[in-house]
Formats: sequence, structure tokens, C-alpha cells
Amino acid sequence: MTRYEQYVAFVTILSKEVRRFMRIWTQTLLPSAITMSLYFVIFGALIGKRIGVMGGFSYMEFVVPGLIMMAIVTNSYSNVVSSFFGSKFNHSVEELLVSPTPNYVILMGYVLGGVTRGILVAFIVTGVSLFFTELHIHSYFVVIVIVLMTSTLFALAGFINAVYANSFDDISIVPTFILTPLIYLGGVFYSMDLLPEFWANVSKLNPLVYVVNAFRYGVLGVSDVSLPFAFGMISLFTVAAFTFSMYLLNSGTRLRQ
Amino acid sequence: MIAALTIENLSKVYGNGFHALKGIDLKVEQGDFFALLGPNGAGKSTTIGIICSLVAKTDGRVSVFDADIDINFPKAKKYIGIVPQEFNFNQFVHAEDILVSQAGYYGLPATIARERAHHYLKKLGLWEKRRVPSRMLSGGMKRRLMIARALIHEPRLLILDEPTAGVDIEMRRSMYDFLKEINDAGTTIILTTHYLEEAEALCRNIAIINDGKIVENTSMRSLLQQLNQEAFILECSDILPADINVDGYTCNRIDEHSLEILVEKGQGINPVFSQLDRQGINVRSMRNRANRLEEMFVKLVEGAA
Repeated sequence: MTRYEQYVAFVTILSKEVRRFMRIWTQTLLPSAITMSLYFVIFGALIGKRIGVMGGFSYMEFVVPGLIMMAIVTNSYSNVVSSFFGSKFNHSVEELLVSPTPNYVILMGYVLGGVTRGILVAFIVTGVSLFFTELHIHSYFVVIVIVLMTSTLFALAGFINAVYANSFDDISIVPTFILTPLIYLGGVFYSMDLLPEFWANVSKLNPLVYVVNAFRYGVLGVSDVSLPFAFGMISLFTVAAFTFSMYLLNSGTRLRQ
Repeated sequence: MIAALTIENLSKVYGNGFHALKGIDLKVEQGDFFALLGPNGAGKSTTIGIICSLVAKTDGRVSVFDADIDINFPKAKKYIGIVPQEFNFNQFVHAEDILVSQAGYYGLPATIARERAHHYLKKLGLWEKRRVPSRMLSGGMKRRLMIARALIHEPRLLILDEPTAGVDIEMRRSMYDFLKEINDAGTTIILTTHYLEEAEALCRNIAIINDGKIVENTSMRSLLQQLNQEAFILECSDILPADINVDGYTCNRIDEHSLEILVEKGQGINPVFSQLDRQGINVRSMRNRANRLEEMFVKLVEGAA
């Protein structure tokens, strides 16, 4: 395929993905807005007032970046896992596999679909958060880069999950038993300073710690981890996930007999 | 002339140890209408799966218009259009969008994709249903949608894996006409089917696969010529005598009005009518006992077993 043909194939996959999640927006975009509103009300407005200041900011200001990042992570992940597994389940993935579209274009199309939904939901959640607090962005560069990297990383993770999944149960196991605990333990609701030294060190194994703290730095200018180290770790995880996804596609694991 | 499809020593062993293909060789010439027949589990779908990359081969070589799938699979894929046995499109998407997306996967810009989609939707009688979610289409319409999808990038080789399964007779005949038309226009077609009369009516060459091996690969004409005997059922208006006899022919009285006549290769049927007429028996109608190709198919498959 020529470069132009590859570009057309990429745009086709991406637009198909965007049309898919826009068609079912009540299942893809609305739930995050509702869930996050509840988080803002309960943790920010009600409980947050009693907690007081955290990391030098009001509790509401402190949790907003983490909650936005939580929405990005879950949406970019679930978009790819549900879409790609769905196409495996109804065999429509064969339309792509029999075509000359290169594997990296297939992967990029699905991943960017997840990234697009993650960013769209981030805008919605940010809009909702403005009803509860004021947001002053400390570094737009860090915010944009970290949002793109994080949504890419978790879209890739969703792709890997979709390739291995055999049933719809399998695509909810990872978000329920791995992703959600990692998010909650990733410093969305508390500062690492509050943890005993041992648990603070254990937390450093959690990739969500870097994602949440780097984003919080972009918004508030404070972070529990070093920013370059956080970028390094996210880049490392992203390269590993991309390499593994390409391996799965090239080898045809769970896709070709 | 370059062959449309060349398969050499192709074998496939699945993960569970099942040896689906045992070193098959096959050549399909450009412009051919080729039938690939075989009983269930013989290896037809595995062969097709390997050609279009849905199944990984264990050994052997496959090339499509000289493009080796191990060396330049993207080029080979561009030449191929595949109509699978099972419906494999997103049932929530409109027929038109399915075609436009498929064209996009082959790098066709949106304007050309939409033009071609409209052309094939009209050609295959799906125009009125183009904005209907594909799950709402009838079985025959879904089959035609898959044919349109396979043709959207105008492939040189069209592979149809039982395309008329579940399609009514009228629709089947219109599909035959359409397939003949695109074959006449130069598209090579490989057809697998369980309707053997379909293969007989459409295909010029045939391969029969059984237990992962090609047991016959010849022209349809020469295959049918191998038949030594044909059976006809004669329906008579008069009651047939119990000891009816037709000199030179084997005949079996099925019931008091039906007679089975076995005609050997080279024998005519006219003497049968003359003899029955002399015996005062009127023949009301006549039909073949069974599809000739079906008989040959069973013979070949049983012989190979």
C-alpha cells in the first residue's frame, strides 16, 4: 500500500471508531460525566470540606486532576477493549485482516479512537468540575503531553486485553480487578506523603501514580514524584505496550488460526 | 499467462494436531470459474483461510497472480475478494457504511468508495436497504452484501465460500447471472458450494478435496464424461406390468407407475420409448434420478476414503 492508501485506511478505522462511540454516547460519554459529578459532590464538596487542605490546595482542587485522569484512563481503555473485542466477537475484524492494511495502521486507528474518546470525556469532566471549583492550569505543555501519553498507553492496554479476551466477561475482569484498584491506589484521592514509607515505596510500582502525579503537576504545579521520572516511566510502559501489541498482531495471536 | 492462484505442497496442522491439509497442489488459471468441492471438514475453508490470511499455513507456497503471500502479502491481498461462509460484518452498521469502510481498508478515497458502494448496492438489489442496519436484512440480502463488499476494491480473484447457502431459488439464479457476468468481464472466480448442480452450471474446472488431499482436479466436462451410467425415472400413465422388461437396458419397477432405467455411456434413450410404446405403455414424464455430479462426487470421496 502506498503512504496515501495507508492514510486512507487509518482515517477509515479512526472515523469508524469515532462514529461508534458517538452513536452510543449515552453508554460511552454520559456515564463518566455522571460518575465524576458524584465524585465531585461526595469527595470534593461534602467530605472534602472536612478534610481541609492537601498538598497545599483545597481537597476539591487536589482531587480534580486525579478524577479527570481517571476518566481518561477508563474511557481510552474501555473504548478499545470493547470495540476490538466486539469486532472479534462478530468476526468483522476479518474485514481488516483480509485487507492489505498494515498492522501498525490497524493498531494506530483503534488506539487513536480510544485516545479521542478519552480526550472528549476529559473535556466533559473538566467542564463538570468547573461547577465545583476553579481550575488554573500550571503548564499546558505538561497537561497536553501527559493526556496524550496516558490515553495512548491505556488504549494500547485495552487492545491487548481485547486480543486475549474470549468472552465479554474477560473484557470486564481487567478494568474491575486491576485497573480500578490501581486508579484508587494511584493517588487520585490522597497525597503519597500520607502513606507510611513502605507503602509509599510499594505505590511507586503502580503506573497510575506517575500518570496522576504528572497530570496534577500540569494542573496544580505539585507532584509526589519527579516529573522527568514520571514521563520516563509512562514512555517506557507505552513503548512496551505498543511493542507487545504489534507482536500480537504480527503473529496473529488469537486472531488467526 | 500468469495463473490466478498457485498452491504448492500446502499443508496445515492445527494446534490440536488435526492435519487439515496434507500437501495440496492447485492451479487456477486467469479468468477461470473454478469449483472447489469437498465434504464438511475436507479442508476447503482452511485452504481459503490460508489464501486470504485468516489461517496461518504450516508449510507450502501460495501465490496470487504471482504475488507470493510469504513475500508480498499486501499485494496478494489486493487481488483477492473474499465472500466467507459466515456473516462477518458488524450487524449494527448500515449496508452502505460497511461497503465504504471496506473500500477504505484498501486505500480507496471516500468519493470513489461511495460511488462504488452505490454501484454495487444497485447492482445487487440492495439500494433500497442501504441505510438499514445490516441485522435487519434478510439472509439472501446479507449474502449479497458480502458479495458487494468483496467486490468493492474490484479484485481480480473472487473467492466465494458457499455463497448461496440459505438463499431462495429465484435469488440464487439472479446471483448466478451476476457471477457469470463478472466472470465474463475477466474476474477469476473460485467457488465452494454444497449445491453440486451450482458447480455444474457455473464452473469450467473443478477440484475435489477430501481429507486434506486433492482427489480430483480436472475440467467439469471431463469429470462428467467419466460417468458410465445415468439413471432416469419414467412416470407412466398406464399401470406397469410386474415383469416389465426393456431389452438392452437395466430397468427397475419402482411402483405401478414409475420405472427406473439405467442408460450406459454411449447408449441412446430413444429405444426405451420405442419398446415401451410397443408394449402399450405411455410415458408421461421423465427425470434424472440424481444429480450426475453428485454421484461422481460421492464416488470420488468414497473411493479416496
